[in-house]
Amino acid sequence: MQGFVDQLIQEGYFSGAPRALVYAAAMLAVAFAVLSFFVAPLAGITSWLERRVWARMQSRVGPNRVGPQGILQWLADGIKNLLKEDIIPATADKWLFALAPYVVFVGFFATFVVIPFAGHLIVADLNIGILYLLAVTSLVVVGILMAGWSSNNKWSLLGGMRSAAQIVSYEIPAGLAVLNIVLIAGTLSMQGIIKNQGWAPWDWYLFYNPFTFVAFFLYFTAALAEGNRTPFDIPEAESELVAGYVTEYSGMRFLFFFFAEWGNLYVIGAVATTLFLGGWQIPAIPYVTESVVLTTLLQFIVFFLKAYLWVFVAMWVRATLPRVRVDQLMSLCWKYMVPLSFVCLLGTAVWMLIWPEGNRVVSFGMFLLGLLILALFFMRVNYQIRHARPELYLKPYV
Amino acid sequence: MNETHLDTQDIFRTEDMTISMGPQHPSTHGVLRFIVKTDGEVMREAVPDVGYLHRSIEKIGEKVTWHGFVPYTDRADYLAAMFANQGFCMAAEKLGHVEVTRRGEFCRVIACELNRIASHLISVGTFGQDIGAVTPFLHALRERESINDLMEQICGARLTYNYIRIGGVGYDITRATCDRIAAFLDHFEPIVDEYNRLLSYNKIFIERLAHVAPITLEDALQYNLVGPNLRACGLKWDIRRDIPYSVYPELEFDVPVGLGEKGTLGDCYDRYWVRVREMQESCKILRQCLKMLPDGPAIAKVPRRFKPPAGEVYVRVESARGDMGFYVVSDGSEYPYRVRIRTGSFTAMSIIEKISRGLMVADLIALIASLDVDAPEIDR
Repeated sequence: MQGFVDQLIQEGYFSGAPRALVYAAAMLAVAFAVLSFFVAPLAGITSWLERRVWARMQSRVGPNRVGPQGILQWLADGIKNLLKEDIIPATADKWLFALAPYVVFVGFFATFVVIPFAGHLIVADLNIGILYLLAVTSLVVVGILMAGWSSNNKWSLLGGMRSAAQIVSYEIPAGLAVLNIVLIAGTLSMQGIIKNQGWAPWDWYLFYNPFTFVAFFLYFTAALAEGNRTPFDIPEAESELVAGYVTEYSGMRFLFFFFAEWGNLYVIGAVATTLFLGGWQIPAIPYVTESVVLTTLLQFIVFFLKAYLWVFVAMWVRATLPRVRVDQLMSLCWKYMVPLSFVCLLGTAVWMLIWPEGNRVVSFGMFLLGLLILALFFMRVNYQIRHARPELYLKPYV
Repeated sequence: MNETHLDTQDIFRTEDMTISMGPQHPSTHGVLRFIVKTDGEVMREAVPDVGYLHRSIEKIGEKVTWHGFVPYTDRADYLAAMFANQGFCMAAEKLGHVEVTRRGEFCRVIACELNRIASHLISVGTFGQDIGAVTPFLHALRERESINDLMEQICGARLTYNYIRIGGVGYDITRATCDRIAAFLDHFEPIVDEYNRLLSYNKIFIERLAHVAPITLEDALQYNLVGPNLRACGLKWDIRRDIPYSVYPELEFDVPVGLGEKGTLGDCYDRYWVRVREMQESCKILRQCLKMLPDGPAIAKVPRRFKPPAGEVYVRVESARGDMGFYVVSDGSEYPYRVRIRTGSFTAMSIIEKISRGLMVADLIALIASLDVDAPEIDR
């Protein structure tokens, strides 16, 4: 990004303006563009899609009124929430209460700085990319704690406390799973990690060795827990804590929390794609590689689809699984996931000692194993669908 | 400055937090209130506070005629209205020496068992929702919707039926309705398996319920638990089988009891599992009833100004929430002298205070859901 701005300055644009000001303006412009043209519609459409997918799985219809198939429902919701009265409870700590949604939002939105969209499309390819991502994601917990504390509501407080414990705990397996990849790739940069992988599945780090395969699932599970998603949605467990830390929020402030939650789903998918699934890598197609625009477009689509697949999986999981209890959540993390992630890290390190360049045979074998697991999974899904009973229509007098 | 004396007691001074859970809380099934004292996530105690849904149904019973009170009994437990109908009508019939027609009895059993399935579906479904799985809840409600449709066809109402009248039932069950009930049963029996695959055998679900809040049989008897809650503790006690009424002695059905399959005997999972299996037993009963349904009038001739001779009577029916008792006193007039309704949910509420000590907050939700307490039935 900086290179592009430098080039523009050299070509004589913005002459006379201080360089720092140009940088700042460029940063704001990019942030605005990413927010309004990608993140907002993405979070909105994810919210709509989640409700539709959820409804389908629960034999309901879901929102289908605003726009074709209800796809504009998120706009209607947004406008409604904007126009709502901004209620701050009388006993709340007003400053913290007002600030909390933005802290959560910033924690989520700042991750988009390093999330790649395509080979050349990235806001800033920081050399500490993935570390930066893990760091700013931790900001979310501060916001949630602020919300829980400042609401001056006991349910909010419980939710905030649960969330703090949960996110801090699950950072460890997530971070350790990420370290596997950093170890192999030898870089923290998001683009660097992607460039070290190939377009073919057996070149992905997912199938690099058995340990990365496990690390992927560790990362995805831990990320779900960090994003407060079912089956780890205990901070806002609606049947226990009313709505957890968002109990006292309404209107736009409420929306900011959920904006962050739905947007965060994509972040989870994007990070999983970057680290394990080869990112935007596409095979070298003769005609396409000549055109930068076409390549970028194709890369963007590939990356987006891969990332969005995991968003869909998260929705699916949410529609299927019950919620774990708070002590079970902690024991799952500390007793199983943390030791397992250490084993993975150690395994990968040893693997790299033995095969510094990786082992193609094992990679291919892992790929086949992955296919087998996927096939078994789909057989199971197929069985469930075939045995699912449709709705029985017994309307009297019809 | 005085020498500061550091005592861990002073630094880490902990206080119990008192939370008022309810009357507006998503998982208190109506308007229940619990005064919960917690130490973080662990509960010190949960004291139930009842009375938010009190509608003085018993007092109303003294002010309306015998026939006129039947619709009010619907409201005693709106998830299983048929049983309260039947209980009160049986009491009135016993006082007035009215013989119910045989077809009427079968119609009653059919309606009651359908209602039992509907009520258990709500119980099992909301259980899933309280544990955090929303899909099973909506699938359960979908099936309940079919039952509501059947009920609409049987008696014109979907929730508060006013179907069972003194002397029989209000409307006869037609041949077409029988076919539809059979069609529903064909549809419903595999649904239970689907439901089990989705929820009952789910690892997280079992982990959440097994070993949670077990009630010993001794406690259950002392606190007078009834119905599925009592049977989950291992006692085979069912009013339909042990103090038979209506045509239940002629029907063959099992009484499912808790076996402690996944955890301890009498834990939340047992209470859940007993309800699931009771739905299957109800299906069995329904199939037999449809086969045995005799011809004849559905209701006996009962005078409009029903005046049973003076006396008192206590009858019990096995409601979806267990033993439901009606103590009715007549002074020979057009109005009952006293109506007293004894319900299962009320006693189930009383045991929560004892069992909930030391549970997690999330377990309290599971406990309330597993006891299947129903606010209108507690307060009446």
